[in-house]
Amino acid sequence: MLRFVLSRLLQAIPVIFIVITATFFLVRAAPGGPFDAEKVVLPEVKRALEAQYRLDLPLHEQYFAYLKDLAQGELGPSFKYPGRSVNEILFSGLPVTAELGLYALLIALLIGVTAGVFASLKPNTRQDYIPMSLAMIGICMPSFLLGPLLVLVFGIYLEWLPISGWGAIPGDKILPSITLGAAYAAYVARLSRAGMLEILSQDYIRTARAKGLPEWMVVAKHALRGGLIPVVAFLGPAFAGLLAGSFVVETIFQIPGLGRFYVQAAFNRDYTMILGTTVFLSSLIVLFNLMSDVAAAWLNPRLRSQISGGGK
Amino acid sequence: MSSPVSADNQGLLDEAEQGSSLWQDAWIRLRKNRMAVAGGITLLVFMVLAILTPWIAPYGYETQDLDLGASAPSAAHWLGTDVFGRDVLTQIMYGGRVSLAVGFIATAVALLIGVTWGAVAGYVGGRVDAVMMRMVDILYALPFMIFIVLLMVVFGRNVLLLFLAIGAVEWLTMARIMRSQVQSLRQQEFVEAAISLGLSPTAIIRKHVVPNALGPIIVYTTLTIPSVMLLEAFLSFLGLGIQPPQTSWGLLISYGAETMEEYPWLLIFPGLALTTTLFSLNFLGDGLRDALDVRGSKD
Repeated sequence: MLRFVLSRLLQAIPVIFIVITATFFLVRAAPGGPFDAEKVVLPEVKRALEAQYRLDLPLHEQYFAYLKDLAQGELGPSFKYPGRSVNEILFSGLPVTAELGLYALLIALLIGVTAGVFASLKPNTRQDYIPMSLAMIGICMPSFLLGPLLVLVFGIYLEWLPISGWGAIPGDKILPSITLGAAYAAYVARLSRAGMLEILSQDYIRTARAKGLPEWMVVAKHALRGGLIPVVAFLGPAFAGLLAGSFVVETIFQIPGLGRFYVQAAFNRDYTMILGTTVFLSSLIVLFNLMSDVAAAWLNPRLRSQISGGGK
Repeated sequence: MSSPVSADNQGLLDEAEQGSSLWQDAWIRLRKNRMAVAGGITLLVFMVLAILTPWIAPYGYETQDLDLGASAPSAAHWLGTDVFGRDVLTQIMYGGRVSLAVGFIATAVALLIGVTWGAVAGYVGGRVDAVMMRMVDILYALPFMIFIVLLMVVFGRNVLLLFLAIGAVEWLTMARIMRSQVQSLRQQEFVEAAISLGLSPTAIIRKHVVPNALGPIIVYTTLTIPSVMLLEAFLSFLGLGIQPPQTSWGLLISYGAETMEEYPWLLIFPGLALTTTLFSLNFLGDGLRDALDVRGSKD
């Protein structure tokens, strides 16, 4: 197991490296520089600024200097927020995005697994069709449509819930979390239905039933473990999607998380901020993919032996 | 091995091919799936409308009526008008042309790259396969959404680039599916039989591998189109996709969301158009998956 984790971590290094390199040269290839938007910049001021941020150096020197800083965990100063480092800004936005993502994931798992398992117990009946049709609507309804619609209904017409902010008014975390989690709830529902259907037709389930185990025990003790492997495998990519999707939700609900910083940084040509966010998000995504693979392996004994065997 | 197939054997092969009515079976199964049929018909209607839009749109694309301003749905404007007095139905029809075009063209790009990549990796095998699939793995781990946002900001809102960027993201799964198909097909008895009958590799690929790998590819293509359309809409919503004077459903939804308090129809109708299309595509894709899944037809 340890070997598996280590080899996966080693494989992650080229991925992160490619991300850093591609992003670094991409932002610098872009037309427009970080100080172009400033109204009046004297040539000497601009030169001084460029010297301060090392923009006057040849490109490859900038690149190596950046890598050197990065190796020490230093993401550099922000171009747009003078006096603040990218590290600081990221760590101010991270808890918000992480909390939003966590709630969304919890909503997705709670609703998704319940609906999926429920549907799988009586396939091709109304108990199956209704939740699965709802799931399809969830998949087809993009967050940038669902969000405004929820705001319109619950915030403006019914006036039940606040329509923006994060942690300022009680209840203002509900709508963003639902908006972000809805599509994932739908995917989880479909995955857990398919996984459960496959497991429920296995011999060992028949054995469990033949032993006279009550149906809920069969489901809870024997079927769920295997039936939810696809869901666990989906969690890594889902978390990646949640981070990316949080751009929209954070924009709609005016939440000061990572996503909003990222979009603003890209518009502002804030080189260090773009790079820092990209590196940070990519590392998180790689990490979560790894964790979900490990969890899936732990749930599936056949996969586990493959891994501890060290083979491919 | 590579000796030409005798006339007798060729005749046998042709007969066997006609006997295998995989596509006919699939068609019959698909027709029984009411949701899939409804999805397919809806899509056809939308596509015909999109093609005919310049001739059948109720108003001109740039026709404004500033005196009228934003008005609720009425007999003259079935879906209402926006703040410039532009007809919403007309806007949605023109937007649909762009959204559908992005969906189909970007998917075609993904299909082309993915199928070629996967087929080569799967057929050549060995070290070439290992290197090619390693590259796919690495690309998989890249946070593409972030890259697309970056690309669009960096190189401006170029529609062509949008197609390419989206296509470049979506081909990975296609390549994996194609590779595993080709790999498993190469080991099937009927391919071995074809080899022992002396068919050339090109004939085997053309007659046996491609038709059999086509099912999953078609299914996945149908399911890629909605995710591509969603991506375009997402980018347009962020202000990074389609730019005015052109429009797309994502852009219309983005504008609609800004003024939804006063003019909710500006959000609801474009949203309905997008959701209906995605719904139809997903149901059609699911239906095709069930219809073409030969293993599934046994039980």
